[in-house]
Amino acid sequence: MQHARSLAPARQREGSPWTGLWAVVAKEMADYLTSARMMILEALILLTAFGTVYAASQNLRAGAGTSDDFLFLRLFTTAREPLPAFVGFLGLLVPLLAIALAFDSINGEFNQRTLSKVLAQPIYRDALLLGKFLAGLGTLALALTAIWLLIIGMGLLQLGVPPSGEETVRMLWFLLITIFYGGIWLALAMLFSIIFRQPATAALAAIAVWLFFTVFWGIIASLLARTLQPAPPGDTQALINQIQLELLLTRLSPNTLFSEVALAMLNPAVRALGIVLPIQLHNAIPGTPLPAGQSILLTWPHATGLIAATIVLFAIGYILFQRQEVRA
Amino acid sequence: MTDVVIECRDLTKQYGAFTAVDHLNLTVRKGEIFGLLGPNGAGKTTTILMLLGLTEPTSGSVKVLGLDPARQPLSVKARVGYLPDQVGFYDHLTARENLHYIAKLNGIREPELSKRINEALDQVGLSNVADRRVKTFSRGMRQRLGVAEILIKQPQLIIMDEPTLALDPEAVREFLDLIRQLKASGITILLSSHLLQQVQAVCDRVGLFHQGRMVLEGTVGELAQRVLGGAYRIHVEAEGGDAVAAALRALPDVVQVSANGSRYNVEARADLRAEIARKVIEAGGKLLGLSVDTPSLDEVYARYFQKGAAYAARA
Ligand SMILES: Nc1ncnc2c1ncn2[C@@H]1O[C@H](COP(=O)(O)OP(=O)(O)OP(=O)(O)O)[C@@H](O)[C@H]1O
Ligand SMILES: [Mg+2]
Repeated sequence: MQHARSLAPARQREGSPWTGLWAVVAKEMADYLTSARMMILEALILLTAFGTVYAASQNLRAGAGTSDDFLFLRLFTTAREPLPAFVGFLGLLVPLLAIALAFDSINGEFNQRTLSKVLAQPIYRDALLLGKFLAGLGTLALALTAIWLLIIGMGLLQLGVPPSGEETVRMLWFLLITIFYGGIWLALAMLFSIIFRQPATAALAAIAVWLFFTVFWGIIASLLARTLQPAPPGDTQALINQIQLELLLTRLSPNTLFSEVALAMLNPAVRALGIVLPIQLHNAIPGTPLPAGQSILLTWPHATGLIAATIVLFAIGYILFQRQEVRA
Repeated sequence: MTDVVIECRDLTKQYGAFTAVDHLNLTVRKGEIFGLLGPNGAGKTTTILMLLGLTEPTSGSVKVLGLDPARQPLSVKARVGYLPDQVGFYDHLTARENLHYIAKLNGIREPELSKRINEALDQVGLSNVADRRVKTFSRGMRQRLGVAEILIKQPQLIIMDEPTLALDPEAVREFLDLIRQLKASGITILLSSHLLQQVQAVCDRVGLFHQGRMVLEGTVGELAQRVLGGAYRIHVEAEGGDAVAAALRALPDVVQVSANGSRYNVEARADLRAEIARKVIEAGGKLLGLSVDTPSLDEVYARYFQKGAAYAARA
C-alpha cells in the first residue's frame, strides 16, 4: 500500500528538503556545547590529552638528540608506563563522545513531546535529522580541533620547535579521519535513538556495539578466519590466505580502520597496511619515511570506508524516521 | 468557495485492518470555531494529523486553505498553527529561546523576529517570565507558551488538540477568552475537547466523532434538536396538587411531566413557559418558580451515547 503510493507518478515534494536545516543545526549545536554531558566528556578528553601528551613530551625531551624528524607525531603515539599513548585513548573516547551526543537525539524529542510540534513547522523530517547529525559532527569537530590545538601548543612549549609542513599535513588528515570515525558512532547512536523509544536503551545498544567491536570482534574475526580458511601446518599459502581473511574481517570494524589510519599517518615509516598489522603503534617497523601524500593515499580506502558506513547508517535511520508515526 | 478553510472528502485512515477515521466529510469556513468532540480513540487526533500532513491518509482528500497537506506540506504548515495535546518544550531553554527556535524554523528573520516574539509573549501574558527556563513553568504557563508559539507564525488557521486538558477553571476561562480574541482577529479555529461546556461556550459548530465517523455535525442547537428530539426541559415549581399536574399534562406539545412534590419537570417540544404560567394560575395553583434549560452539549453527548447503537445504525 505504502509501496504503491510511492510509485505513483509526479509525487513531487514542494520546496527544498533542507528548509530550516540551519535553524536546527544552530539550535542543536548550542544545546550540545552547553550540555553537561558534553562538558564532562570534553573535560575527560582534555585531561587525557594533557596527561598523555605531557608524558610523551617528557619522554621525547629525555631522548632528545636522537635525530627524529617527526617529534610532533610522537606526541600522539608515545606511551609512558602506565599510560597508553593518546591515540589509544582517542580510539576509545571518540566513540563514547559521539554516542553521548546522539543517543537521545530523536527519542528525546519524542519523550519531551516536542517532535510533533517541530514537525508541524514548515520543515521536512529530512532537515531535522540531518540538522541534528551535522550539529553533532560540528560539535565533535570543534572539540577535536580544540584538542589538536592544545596538543600542538603543548608541543611548541615543551619541544621548542614548530611542526614541519609534513607533520602538519599528517596531523590535519588524522584529525579529519578522527572526526569521520566519530561520525560513524554518531550515526549509529542516532539510528538507535530512532529505533528505541527509551534513551537509556539506545545508549546501551550503542555501547554494546562499541564494546563488541572494541573487545570481541578481533577474537571473532580470528576464529572465523581459522574456521573458514584452515591452514594446515607447513602450508604457507593457506596461512597467508587465512591471515588475509582475518584482516578483511577485522577491517569491518571501524576501530580497526581508525587504528590503521592512526598507524599510517602518525608513523611515516609505515609503508603498507598489509599483513603486518601491529597493534602497538610504538613498535612500528623501521624504514625510510613515506611522504605525507603517500600516507594519505594509503589511508584513502579507510576514509572512504568510514564515510560510506556513516552514510549507510544515516540512510537506514532516515528511512525509519520517515515512516515513524509522530505521535507518542 | 475561497472562504472554505478545511475541506475533507471521504477522508479515511487505516492502521492495518483498523479504521481510525472512516470516510470523514468535514467543511470548516473562515472565521469559524469548530469543535471536535468524541470519546477516547474516536479518531480526533488522527484527523488533525492528516490535516497537517503529519500522517498520510489512506484514501479520500483533504484541502486546508485550498492546499493539499500531503503535496504542499510546507505551505500548509507555514499557515497553520498546531497545538498538540500535551505540548512539550525544550525545558532547559527559556520561553524566549523556545519561541526563537520556532520562529527560525518558520524562516522569520530579525528584526521581525524579535518583534513577533515580544508581541506573542505579550498576547499570552508571559512577558514577565520570558527569560525564565521553561522547566519552572506551571501547566497553565506552558499552555500559554504553546499558544505563543502558534501566534508567532501569524497563522490563518489554528488547530488545537485538547487545549484545556489539565487547566484549572480560571485558566480555562482565560484560555477561552484568548480563543475568542483570536476569532475576533479573523483566525479560523479547530479544537478538540472533552470538556463539553467549554466547547459549547466557544464553538460556533461542533462535530461529534464516534469510531472514526462524524456522527453528528452542526450548531449546539441543531444537535440538541436532533438528539434530544427538540426537547425543552422546563422546571416548574407550583403549589396546587394534582390539578396543576393535570393541567400541565393537558398542554399541547408536552411530551412528559414528572412530579416531585411541588416541583415538576416538563419536557416539551417548544418553550411553553408562558402557557404553563397561565395554566397553573387557571388551575388554581400558586406559581413559585419557572425556568427552562437551554439545551446543553453535555446532555446531547450523554443522550447520544445512551442511544449510541441506534444512531450509529442510522448515520
Ligand atoms: N499508530 C497507530 N497504529 C495503530 N492504531 C493507531 C495508531 N494511532 C492511533 N491508532 C488508533 O486510532 C484510533 C484513533 O485514535 P486517535 O488518537 O485519533 O483518537 P482521539 O479521538 O484523538 O482520542 P483521545 O480523545 O483519546 O485523544 C485509536 O483507536 C487508536 O488506538
Ligand atoms: Mg487525541
